[in-house]
Amino acid sequence: MELYYLTAHELSDLLNRKEISSEEATAAIIDRIEAVDGRVQAYLTRTAEQALEEARAVDAARARGAALGPLAGVPMALKDNLCTEGVRTTCSSRMLADWVPPYDATVVRRLKEAGAVMLGKLNMDEFAMGSSTENSRFYPTRNPWDLERVPGGSSGGAVAAVAAGEAYYSLGSDTGGSIRQPASFCGVVGMKPTYGRVSRYGLVAFASSLDQIGPITRDVTDCALVLEAIAGHDPRDSTSADLPVPDYRSSLKPEVKGLKIGVPREYFGAGMEPEVAAIVRRAIAKLEELGAVCEETSLPHTEYALPAYYLVAPAEASSNLARYDGVSYGLRVPGKDIIEMYMNTRSEGFGPEVKRRIMLGTYALSSGYYDAYYLKALKVRTLIRRDFEAAFEKYDLLATPTSPTVAFRLGEKAGDPLAMYLSDLCTIPVNMAGLPALSLPCGFSQGLPVGLQLIGRPFAEATLLQAAYAFEQSTEYHRRRPELGVA
Amino acid sequence: MPISTAEVEHVALLARLKLSPEEKAAYTEQLNAILEYMDKLNALDTRDVEPTAHVLPLRNVFRDDVSRPGLPREKALQGAPEVSEGQFKVPRVV
Repeated sequence: MELYYLTAHELSDLLNRKEISSEEATAAIIDRIEAVDGRVQAYLTRTAEQALEEARAVDAARARGAALGPLAGVPMALKDNLCTEGVRTTCSSRMLADWVPPYDATVVRRLKEAGAVMLGKLNMDEFAMGSSTENSRFYPTRNPWDLERVPGGSSGGAVAAVAAGEAYYSLGSDTGGSIRQPASFCGVVGMKPTYGRVSRYGLVAFASSLDQIGPITRDVTDCALVLEAIAGHDPRDSTSADLPVPDYRSSLKPEVKGLKIGVPREYFGAGMEPEVAAIVRRAIAKLEELGAVCEETSLPHTEYALPAYYLVAPAEASSNLARYDGVSYGLRVPGKDIIEMYMNTRSEGFGPEVKRRIMLGTYALSSGYYDAYYLKALKVRTLIRRDFEAAFEKYDLLATPTSPTVAFRLGEKAGDPLAMYLSDLCTIPVNMAGLPALSLPCGFSQGLPVGLQLIGRPFAEATLLQAAYAFEQSTEYHRRRPELGVA
Repeated sequence: MPISTAEVEHVALLARLKLSPEEKAAYTEQLNAILEYMDKLNALDTRDVEPTAHVLPLRNVFRDDVSRPGLPREKALQGAPEVSEGQFKVPRVV
């Protein structure tokens, strides 16, 4: 296989055996980006010179015989809502188009300490609001499996880059499915860890009770390696959990014998493409064949998760995005007084979907509607949590489709916000309950990847990884690479 | 229709957004469609259900009250649209 299509752990083995230097690997990926990113449009900012410098530093450390971790010298890239000191962080918004953060996000600092080589920053839906990456204020990213289709979103650039050989792994963020849904659309592994597992310090906030940073990788082993590097308590994020980080790599045993897996019937309901459902059911049968005990179950409040989410998330967003006022950083558009300056700045700085969600959230929190909408949604959130709690009394894991469909065409849902929202039907309940989940490739429908979603108990990422690894080791889907053509 | 154009204008003012007539019309229509979909939630009886604002069993998270270095002033100001005498400068307020 081409160098740019290896997994991070395969490259790491070559680096450790000194068969290749990090500088050579980094140069090869930079060439790959040059060759294909004109078509894929995953990157917003490239930091090639800096990457080569970082690679040379790791090579020098290796030559000195320094003890290096598995990610040392491996080139990666970041969704453009993760703060990088000295490198612009735009959130794909005009509001932050020229903003250069004065500090690194905790996850970025941790990866730097692990010797990561950063290639640049990746496209997304503006402020992570969207399911197709078409809401970027710069340009849309394309799906490497079919360039006329969307990569999913909001972490579309982060996922497309990994799928197209433009980075060995990336980090995304997931508020309602923004890592898992695009991972499913582009045939890679994407994990949303338990809420609190990974520090959110330096992640530009969208909906603070739902946001979580997670890895996007070509296989489950890489997912374990990257999760281990970024997880853990951080005094700078008061919602990060003060729990030890397990050795996730050692949980990678291809062993699911006796594991109890629930299959919630509500996730196979209306709106599901029949072929997607069939492929996911076959994947579940495969887990059963490997020794897991799979059984149909019910999460009765599933259908209420989406409407509740689209009140909770915009409400939190309307509050979080109040900070963009043209005063301390970001865009300023002058006006005759300070109120007009605020209004001009926000009206020109934000795009249509961001404004729509700010409006929706402001309405749901406004006097007279708070109880009917926001408080109601928080109560429904409790019911959704209880569904999962009851299911996890019986099961170790739940298995569902990641998305009801394969990747859709560019423009197909752009004019209909509600249709776009439905794309996250299977991923949203997980954020509402704060649970860990991952999507992994489980087949192809008309040449396009389909994802299997596994959902676990709080902080049971190791169980997710183990089941995902067992499935992956008995299948070949994770070895397929796209042609970057049109299907 | 749960939300009128006048209410859309009021909400836009609260959110400090200036909307064009086309945006007002489009948001009125779209927000109504979305809010009608939200009405689905009223099918559930939630009278005795506690709200969940946050999933972790956290109360307050305290640290020792010890002074620590923060972001240096020049770094805090580096992204500001306008700076004067080491401070953020804004249009006249009073």
